[in-house]
Amino acid sequence: MMVDAVAKPPRQPGALKRFIERYPFVPALVIMLVLLALNGIWQPRSVSLVGITGLIKTYMALMLLAVAQTYVVYAGDIDLSAGAIVSLVNVVIVAIMAAMGDSGASVFTAMAAGLAVGLACGIVNGLVVAAFRLQAIVATFATSIFFTGLALWVMPVAGTPAPATFWRTYGGRILEIPFVFWAAIVLAVILYVLSRTRHSLQLLAVGDDAQGAYQSGLRVTAIRIRGYAFCGLFAALAAFCITGDTASGDPLVGGKMTLYSVAAVVLGGTALAGGYGTVVGSVFGALIIGLINSLVYFVGTPSEWQNLVQGLAILVALVAGILIGRRARA
Amino acid sequence: MTQVPEMLKNPIFVALALIVLLLFAGEMLSPGFASPTQIMRLLIVAALLGIVAAGQNLVILGGREGIDLSVGGVVSLAAIIAGNLMDGQNAGIPLAILGCIAAGAIIGLINGVGVTLMRIPPLVMTLGMLGVLQGLLVVIRQGIPSGRAAPGLSQFVTKPILLGLPGIIWLWVLIGLFLAFLLSRTVYGHRIYAIGSNEQAARMAGVPVAAIRISLFALSGVFASIAGICLIGYSGSSFANVGEQYMLPSIIAVVFGGTLLAGGKGGYTGTMAGAMMLTVLQGILTTVNIDESGRQMIFGATLLLLMLFYGRGKAMRA
Repeated sequence: MMVDAVAKPPRQPGALKRFIERYPFVPALVIMLVLLALNGIWQPRSVSLVGITGLIKTYMALMLLAVAQTYVVYAGDIDLSAGAIVSLVNVVIVAIMAAMGDSGASVFTAMAAGLAVGLACGIVNGLVVAAFRLQAIVATFATSIFFTGLALWVMPVAGTPAPATFWRTYGGRILEIPFVFWAAIVLAVILYVLSRTRHSLQLLAVGDDAQGAYQSGLRVTAIRIRGYAFCGLFAALAAFCITGDTASGDPLVGGKMTLYSVAAVVLGGTALAGGYGTVVGSVFGALIIGLINSLVYFVGTPSEWQNLVQGLAILVALVAGILIGRRARA
Repeated sequence: MTQVPEMLKNPIFVALALIVLLLFAGEMLSPGFASPTQIMRLLIVAALLGIVAAGQNLVILGGREGIDLSVGGVVSLAAIIAGNLMDGQNAGIPLAILGCIAAGAIIGLINGVGVTLMRIPPLVMTLGMLGVLQGLLVVIRQGIPSGRAAPGLSQFVTKPILLGLPGIIWLWVLIGLFLAFLLSRTVYGHRIYAIGSNEQAARMAGVPVAAIRISLFALSGVFASIAGICLIGYSGSSFANVGEQYMLPSIIAVVFGGTLLAGGKGGYTGTMAGAMMLTVLQGILTTVNIDESGRQMIFGATLLLLMLFYGRGKAMRA
């Protein structure tokens, strides 16, 4: 530990090290594949097309919310209101669809409104954290209380059903291929395009060294607000998936997802301090959480022990991921 | 711009002024809000939050993004352990206290070891620990009933024992005095500030950084478990995840008390005022006759507004 202040001798990093440094999601990918194999050993059906479809259908929302969280973590911020945004968008779109009836137009109107709500929430967070310069962790907790209040105002109790068009599409197939796979492909394309634009790079630059980014001419405040705006938009997409999966409105549905989204980001190899990471890692991180949950079930853990074993496994995965990632970058 | 008076920059003064203002507003909205019995009730609730925030405060002061998200889980766990060890009998109180504090200390130690020796970011370590504790609670709940508070403990928490104040408030005052002494008059306290403001310099100066940081997390576990014991004394029996409501409010109380989340600056006296302020604010919102939705929106918006008074980040300068 004492060596921190002393210059290290230059060292030629190994090929593997450089590989992991270039692709920080690789440890997460390996952990995910191992978990997938373990799932397959204990329950062969879980790696069938039906099993994988079910896994993606259930965890698509967490994948999207993890992606949402990643964009703010890139810049060294955090969003503890992400789950509350999911709840709010969920009740807003269900309320609109309930009011407009079961039709395509109703679904599209609701989704447009949902994206607008998510974007607005994200911008509010961005303004509060970046423009008013409040501390992200407490400020987004305060906005999460506000968003939850709004969700309760829109729909005081859970249970309003979503129209059949919506959840049948989400759970159905297009051209014999499950809808969620199409959604996953579209998501992959969007994430790839976004990762090639300046947006990701600017967020990472701010997270790596905000002062340096500022001095090299980046508009740090605007960039951080944009990070939160992305977060709100992807949280809205996560809300669509939750709604497709649960087929109903619930003003508290997303609350528990916030901390899981943070865990997924960390599992994916992104540094919470900002400046280093990938969105695809966060997607793997969300799947790791899903695969841990299903594996604990498949190995026959008694139901009352499942939460504890899941909690322990996620803690071990978090610690292992950080230790591996650090070793690779050291 | 006129110069802001020095007093308005003191977070403790701001918090106290806001408490008086809120009490006044509460009395206007619903007469009887600021009556002595009501204020006593609010003080008891504030003491529970304040004791949790004591540990949170120490961890935050120690710096390196110090934060403890597992406090809520520890509070819940301590409440159920205490309930079962006492099972309504006064004779069980010492064992309950001992058992809970031991459990809290062990959990805190594990957090501390993860944060220091394995260098896991505190947010991640304590978030993972929270998941483990929530699972543990499910296991414990399946096997045994939630248990009951001993009458002696309930009396200590809710009935006046000295100068008309219940024991928990005296306990809170004692913790406040103890921490004020610890932070300002002991080597240990000075070292907490040292590692919080400049860890590298502290290490060069021979401060055992890792040992101190581990002890801070252990203390956080201990304070959360004490709050858990008091909580079951307050409510009589525990229910699922009673502690969850303390996780983020304990951090907000620390921030409202003027402690920097970056570490190295602040103290516990302000946090006590912060906990009191949060409690009075919540008290007002439960008194006035509005929907839960409106209550939450007002609470969230008020928190944001209040945060504008505290430790805003510096603007970027070239």
